[in-house]
Amino acid sequence: MSDGVRMHDERAAEPLRGQGELLLAGGRMLDPASGTDQHLDVRVRDGLVAEVGSDLAAGDAEVVDCAGLWVTPGLVDLHTHLREPGFEHAEDVASGSAAGAAGGYTALCAMANTDPVTDTAAIAELVARRGREHALADVFPVGAITKGLRGEELTEMGEMRRSTARVDFFSDDGIPVADALVFRRALQYATAFDAVICNHSEDPDLTAGAQMNEGEVASVLGLPGWPHEAEEVMIARDLILAAGVGARLHVPHVSTAGSVEIIRAAKAKGVRVSAEATPHHLSLDDELVRSYDPVLKVNPPLRTEADVHALRAALADGTIDCVATDHAPHAAETKDQEWEHAPCGMLGLETAFAVVNTELVASGLLDPLTAIARMTTGPAAVRDVGAHGGPIEAGRPANLAVLDPQATWTVDADRLHSRSRNSPFHGRELTGRAVHTLLRGRFTLRDGQVAASAAQPQEETL
Amino acid sequence: MTQLLSDADVARILRRIAHELIEANKGAENLVLLGIQTRGVPLAHRLATVIGEIEGVEVPAGAVDVTLHRDDLAKRGALPLGRTDIPVDVDGRVVVLVDDVLFTGRTVRAAMEAVLEVGRPSAIRLAVLVDRGHRELPVRADHVGKNLPTARADRISVRVAEVDGEDAVVAENGGNGQAPDVHSEAGSGQGADTGEEGA
Amino acid sequence: MSTATTPRPLTDLLSIEDLDAEQVTAILDTAERLAEIAARPIKKVPTLRGRTVCNLFMEDSTRTRISFDIAAKRLSADVINFSAKGSSVSKGESLKDTALTLKALGVDAVVVRSSSSGAPVQLKRYLDVPILNAGDGWHQHPTQALLDLYTMRTHLGDLAGRQVGIVGDVLHSRVARSEVQALQLMGAEVVLVAPPTLLPPRIDSWGVRVAHDVDEILPHLDVLYLLRVQRERMHRAFVPSMREYARTWGIDSSRLARLKPEAIVMHPGPMNRGIEISGDVADSDRAVITEQVANGTAVRMACLYLLLAGAAASAENDDDRDPAPAPAAASDQARDGAEVEQ
Repeated sequence: MSDGVRMHDERAAEPLRGQGELLLAGGRMLDPASGTDQHLDVRVRDGLVAEVGSDLAAGDAEVVDCAGLWVTPGLVDLHTHLREPGFEHAEDVASGSAAGAAGGYTALCAMANTDPVTDTAAIAELVARRGREHALADVFPVGAITKGLRGEELTEMGEMRRSTARVDFFSDDGIPVADALVFRRALQYATAFDAVICNHSEDPDLTAGAQMNEGEVASVLGLPGWPHEAEEVMIARDLILAAGVGARLHVPHVSTAGSVEIIRAAKAKGVRVSAEATPHHLSLDDELVRSYDPVLKVNPPLRTEADVHALRAALADGTIDCVATDHAPHAAETKDQEWEHAPCGMLGLETAFAVVNTELVASGLLDPLTAIARMTTGPAAVRDVGAHGGPIEAGRPANLAVLDPQATWTVDADRLHSRSRNSPFHGRELTGRAVHTLLRGRFTLRDGQVAASAAQPQEETL
Repeated sequence: MTQLLSDADVARILRRIAHELIEANKGAENLVLLGIQTRGVPLAHRLATVIGEIEGVEVPAGAVDVTLHRDDLAKRGALPLGRTDIPVDVDGRVVVLVDDVLFTGRTVRAAMEAVLEVGRPSAIRLAVLVDRGHRELPVRADHVGKNLPTARADRISVRVAEVDGEDAVVAENGGNGQAPDVHSEAGSGQGADTGEEGA
Repeated sequence: MSTATTPRPLTDLLSIEDLDAEQVTAILDTAERLAEIAARPIKKVPTLRGRTVCNLFMEDSTRTRISFDIAAKRLSADVINFSAKGSSVSKGESLKDTALTLKALGVDAVVVRSSSSGAPVQLKRYLDVPILNAGDGWHQHPTQALLDLYTMRTHLGDLAGRQVGIVGDVLHSRVARSEVQALQLMGAEVVLVAPPTLLPPRIDSWGVRVAHDVDEILPHLDVLYLLRVQRERMHRAFVPSMREYARTWGIDSSRLARLKPEAIVMHPGPMNRGIEISGDVADSDRAVITEQVANGTAVRMACLYLLLAGAAASAENDDDRDPAPAPAAASDQARDGAEVEQ
């Protein structure tokens, strides 16, 4: 974490001096890094947390009334598709980080399946710079494991690590590195930089033509299925290989009960593994697919109710370290097709906290502090995300979220900040919403309104 | 609810129409009686039996369902289909369409169309138990059991033993319209005639 | 005609799952009436005059398309045949744009065939006219199942308690999915006989018996229903060889002899003679395969009739069906009046 602070300083993100002092007053501070869950005020000055304490005097500070609200570190997403460069019709860094700000996020890890692929330092630096320009969230690029995501040659991980983007997390995103030898070498090579390798957990031979979870529903709908075994076989292979070379492995979007058991066993044996689950896998199951609504098509697929329960339990007991959105925007013209032709992916940034709060906190499965931990310290421990994820203490950059755990709202895909509309929660009533988001003391979301991008019109700079 | 015709009235009417048909056709040769679904069908079979008894020949009788030929199907929805049963080739024969009530004439038009699709009869005649007026098409029955002028909103309900367990014709007040002012005395065909005043 | 219970009106025919037994019976009864038309010199009634039916076939199927074509024309509907192979954006026009085109053209119903499971459901999201599924992916082929029920009913009468064996590639079969649901709706008992690799996952949730020994099953069946096995299944390790399949699960005359004397043999076509069915079985008097084809027209006519004849205004029609006497409409009141009043 100290390393992270230094990294922030290197970025020299201009702390917004002269913006005036803020006092977040009367809120319930949930700061997992320090284990704090109590009513505390937070004073923000010059982009930093200036003071944390009870009943702080307002003085000249502008008071932000946080009564009834949670004051937390800005949320951190390990798995975001910002689609820039290459797919800006679906999303770009500006719209994606606006969606993040609206969801309470201050740090987003942009996936490597861009066009060109984020497989060089140059692309990684471009993506990170875009984030700084728009100043709505810090963007931490994920580097590809293999060139062009082809699963053959390793990318120049060292150079990406040494670049200003400081990439320490590598993934070929939705394409598994199927060749066990290539994958083993990737794990070995990454140990030189203590980088994390994240492999899409799917045995591609077992999922040829797959369209949804293999099971009772797929059997009736006549859609070829992803068997849960395809995920579990790959996770087991990856864990065995990672343990063998002592590498750090991150398992993305765990979706089956069997995967949870395998990861739990590996953690018990001391394998350096972390794991994430998405809000949609924690809340939706494959019964919904009976509608054939392609907005529900995702990889890994929505599984069964039993899987959903296993994931929730694993998130509660820490087997799964964090909630990651796998925010995957798709333009309507590509998503709104026959199920078979529609691409996989769902929006997530703007609904993640609401889903976790509604499904896991309100149901009593997670206490508020643990829920926030899974969205802040959990992901921050997986990779270096600078000064994000807490703790909230004097002298640290003020990357904060103020969340209303009681706000009930109906998701309207047309009113989200993402450029795309593919939210599986459209029309659902959820409880919990970000009210304010602060990135280095500056509001990126204030009273539910996202701030304007700080960037100049970008067409010239591209 | 007022009874306009009793079972005895109906029997007498069928006998009279049978005679009329024989007379008009100069015998029973070449006749085929097709009842319009639903209540025209038993009436057609009964008429055929009566004619057969009089003439000593077997007169073919069958059924026509007009649902597929209705002009108001789009408004009424997909009604259940009845059976169309045409026992002989109608080409060159005299087809007598038999129905219980003649009202707007639209059913008869549909029935003629249905018959013409199965062949080319030498003639089509129409025999009905009750003619209640209010024609919307230029259709006229050749043989009428009883003319019963009615208000448009009135309901004339024909009951046929094969379908309803009894033979009778009854009138019901059509709501705000005037009821046919008739006082049918049991067994009195004459009594029902006064019903014409009710129009 | 007793109409004591009026079945729920049909609005679409997307899946057998959407139907209840009463609706199925109404379709079959209607088909029985409409079958009479095929025997007439003029094989046409004016019922759907002025209505336009679009056959939207995004997957080749000459047999099914022709059957729907004849069915619509016998009811005097105008027919547009719209072939659009492949439908992803990359290949050309999207399903959505096709739907918007059909909407602009003012079609009254769409008969849709697609290689994509769920395409008719998707189409329904864009187009508010009755949609008739003529086969989608591995999902459903409801008119096939209905014409099969019709054929079975002709030979066996009531299907309750009857034993129907479906043999072959159930996994990839839209016919099988519709067939099983339709048979269960009518109270028949279904046994699936197939290599385990060609059964859908979680087959235990279907409420059917599963068997792998065809010889043991045959003597118990009233209907033996054979499914087509495609040659491409020999790749990807579903079955070892056509020869092995034919010898283990194919029906030849010696296996035919194990059937009850009154049992019938059915196949949705097109047949692979010598694989799932031997030539002599296909041509035997036990096989009712050409009857199935003929019945297809009547059943599809019934579906079009029930979907389209009332499509204009089934809502306002509700009044007419109320048991309370309503003022006679501008039609021969005895036709409806007398029946309604009972």
